[in-house]
Amino acid sequence: MKKEKFPVLKRGSVLAAIAAKTKGCGTAYIMILPFFLLFFVFTIIPVVMSLPLAFTSFDMVQSPKFVGFENFYSLFLEDEIFITAIQNTIIFAAVTGPIAYIACFVLAWLIQQLPYVLKTFFTFAFYAPTLAGNIYTTWQYIFSGDTYGVANSYLMDLNIISGPVAWLTDSKYISGVIILVQLWMSLGAGFLAIRAGLQGVPRERYEAGAIEGIKGRGQEMIHITIPAMGPQLLFAAVVQIATCFAAGDVGRYLTDMPTTDYKAHTLMSHAYDYGQVRYEMGYAAAICFVLFLCMLLANWGIRKVLKKYMDE
Amino acid sequence: MNDANGTQIAYIEVGALAKRRTMSAQEKMRLKLFLRQRRKRDRIRKKRRKLIHRRLYSGTIFGDLCIFLFLLLLAVFMLLPLYLTVSGSLKPVEELYNFPPRIFPNRPTLDNFAALRASVSNLWVPFSRYVFNSVFVAASVTALQVLISGTAAYALAKIKFPGSVFLNRLIELSILFTGTTTGVMTYIVVSKTHIIDSYFALILPFIAMPLGLFFMRQFMGQVSESLIEAAKLDGAGDFRICWQVVMPNVRPAWITMMIFAFQNAWQIDGMSYIFNEALKPVPTVMQQLQSQNIAQSGVAAAAVVITMIPPVVIFLFFQSSILETMAQSGMKE
Repeated sequence: MKKEKFPVLKRGSVLAAIAAKTKGCGTAYIMILPFFLLFFVFTIIPVVMSLPLAFTSFDMVQSPKFVGFENFYSLFLEDEIFITAIQNTIIFAAVTGPIAYIACFVLAWLIQQLPYVLKTFFTFAFYAPTLAGNIYTTWQYIFSGDTYGVANSYLMDLNIISGPVAWLTDSKYISGVIILVQLWMSLGAGFLAIRAGLQGVPRERYEAGAIEGIKGRGQEMIHITIPAMGPQLLFAAVVQIATCFAAGDVGRYLTDMPTTDYKAHTLMSHAYDYGQVRYEMGYAAAICFVLFLCMLLANWGIRKVLKKYMDE
Repeated sequence: MNDANGTQIAYIEVGALAKRRTMSAQEKMRLKLFLRQRRKRDRIRKKRRKLIHRRLYSGTIFGDLCIFLFLLLLAVFMLLPLYLTVSGSLKPVEELYNFPPRIFPNRPTLDNFAALRASVSNLWVPFSRYVFNSVFVAASVTALQVLISGTAAYALAKIKFPGSVFLNRLIELSILFTGTTTGVMTYIVVSKTHIIDSYFALILPFIAMPLGLFFMRQFMGQVSESLIEAAKLDGAGDFRICWQVVMPNVRPAWITMMIFAFQNAWQIDGMSYIFNEALKPVPTVMQQLQSQNIAQSGVAAAAVVITMIPPVVIFLFFQSSILETMAQSGMKE
């Protein structure tokens, strides 16, 4: 009786319990082993090593010094630019995130309606900004502030504006331009995932739907396509959260750092400023930590919304 | 409906042909005309049926046209920067700073590419070596990534084992984590594992991508349970089910994943891990050339265009092969 009451205390029983639970799962562990081995070494270890840095002061020369929550105090209480950065990040994410997400689905779905060659062409056209790496640098040439800028030149030809507009330095326009470029780049992995998912919706369902009286594209989308696309929609959402919160590269490249009035200064640019420019690694890690928390919150929200389509 | 009509016409035709000998010239003429018209109509119908057959969805041709025009307009906007880069690489030097700037080159030339070729041939290491490095690294990363992520994704999606829920969550969280400091830490790991300055430094850290695994997992979750049960009854093991049953069923997924993998692998920049000039990939060299030729933005654009070609070709090739599989997939839950 006693043995049954405290089975864990029995010598070796923890191992035995684990062995009993994982019995028959050997193949599963072998299957995940290669991936997770590399994943732990090259992704988890660096991440786990950099998380505690948020609680230190580290300049890459001397070894890290533990400072407790000091970085976070100064972030929220002293650093005014950080508050601007967090506002900008949330505004960018709130504007580009939902628009880009809906665009991913709607455009992928519209492409699906077209015949063969056009499908490939349009998928290419929309994915090209992501495919071609750092081609977004061309926008600097387009939105250049003098009369040599393409946008200025053509808009002046059409008499829409009377003189050159400093798109990238005038604080009135910066946010708009950055959002435009960010949206231009947003049809990435999520978009391709939805395109691939649409290919996999069985044809018979559309035929069955037609017999049951589903009429028109709209009804087809709501009753057949979306319910079959849950996993892809969740994937696209996660990708979109990760990209729209981590925006910063575009603004940094197009407008130089720091931007006029910090209009396009996001959390990522702030972290870059401290991490790569001033070498205050501890502070940069603290900024990334806050960013991570923001993303977790958004992810939790989106999971709640998409819950009914998930298979877990 | 069509069939009934068709048979009726066929009867008329047979009757008419039988009567042909006894027909007058005028009647023969009318029959000839009728047959010709019918052939023409059949051709058009066949064509239209082919067009409709290709369409998977209900909806009108007019709707298709509207969608096409809308997407075309958007595509022009999306392709604009790409087009500007290509046209910039074709512009002769004197046109680059023309005023007002124009998006079409007046006299397109390949001078920039020739200049690029000249500076490439001056390099220390022959250019073909860089190309080999890039192709080798990109091909191995792509193949290994699909192989390893495909296997792991199957286990995570379809086998219940202690820890699977935790690992699924971990993958998702690691996608969300972005840090500026992780680069430094990865460098420490790479140097501690003694793979620095070798091909391994360009390959191993880039294989286990959480995004790729998550992607495959999402697709594999949709494969019907009964299909796997059936394969199990036939005596197939997990590895066999994964590669011979599940993978063929998620073909659009792993082809798309190959696009992601190749695109990322092609952009691998071994700047901080590779010091041996003979092991550097093409994009790194192109960046170096760009910074040398800073004055000639046409040459820089040519370098960008050259670097861009392989991912674009791979994308077009794989993306069009996804479409061919459409008819096969019907095994989802």
